[in-house]
Amino acid sequence: MGLGEVVAAVLFWVSAVVAIVAGALVFRVDSMARATYALAVSFVAVGVAVLTLRQDFIGLVTILMMIMEMAIMAVFMVSYMGMNPALMPMDMTHAKRPSAAIAGGVFVLLAAAALLIPWPLVPARVPSDLIVRIGEALMGSKMLVMLTVSPVLFVTIVAGIVLTSPRGRYDRFGDRLRERPRDPEGGGVGR
Amino acid sequence: MTLQLVLLVAAALFAVGLYGAISQQVVVMVMMGIELMVNGVLLAAAALWYYLAPVVDGQVLLLVVITAMTVEMAMGFAVATLIHRARNSDMTDDATELRG
Repeated sequence: MGLGEVVAAVLFWVSAVVAIVAGALVFRVDSMARATYALAVSFVAVGVAVLTLRQDFIGLVTILMMIMEMAIMAVFMVSYMGMNPALMPMDMTHAKRPSAAIAGGVFVLLAAAALLIPWPLVPARVPSDLIVRIGEALMGSKMLVMLTVSPVLFVTIVAGIVLTSPRGRYDRFGDRLRERPRDPEGGGVGR
Repeated sequence: MTLQLVLLVAAALFAVGLYGAISQQVVVMVMMGIELMVNGVLLAAAALWYYLAPVVDGQVLLLVVITAMTVEMAMGFAVATLIHRARNSDMTDDATELRG
């Protein structure tokens, strides 16, 4: 084992421990703001673990995306719960023991599968130009995947706006969609 | 560092997230649990790619998993906003009926 592999292994185990501990802290700390920061740390640690598995593109995307997501999540926390519940101690849980039992059972099941399945291990031969190959695949043989993901993301944007819109079509028109809308103030083209 | 040990770490992340998704009452905290679970899946998929089949196809699959995380976050926040507007609350116990 070369020096690079030793460093990668040490980095992986440090990030793995940080990811699990920070993930557990999300549901142990007594304020939502701290929970958000703990989750961000956990996600960054998973991103570093993916980097040690020599997947630079996916690891970097994970780290960058999760930092942004957690920043947005912190804003939502404070805006929905007000400053005090989001930043002060709180406990909003139910069925802690059954939840812990179910989670423990699932872990045992997954761990048994991981350890007992005879994985067909092959020596890792990661291509040196992996990122170039990913780019070529996304723009070539895997174009259909991107063509599928794009409309899904667009539909997500539309659905998000529809769900969060304070005054929808039926709020304005009621059951009679062909009559004049009940707007508090007039306006709009042709209305 | 072997495939089995990395999968154990991923399983631990998944189990911690599952505990949070079941036990939390606040919608955003439930989403945090689901995010942790998907992160465990992401790490497991990355390990399977590295140890079993280091070809480009697996990386594209990981990109799809990351996209699923994004969509889950966006839809979760939209639903949380809707519940907050309709019930002035962000608790799952206040979202047991599917009417606004």
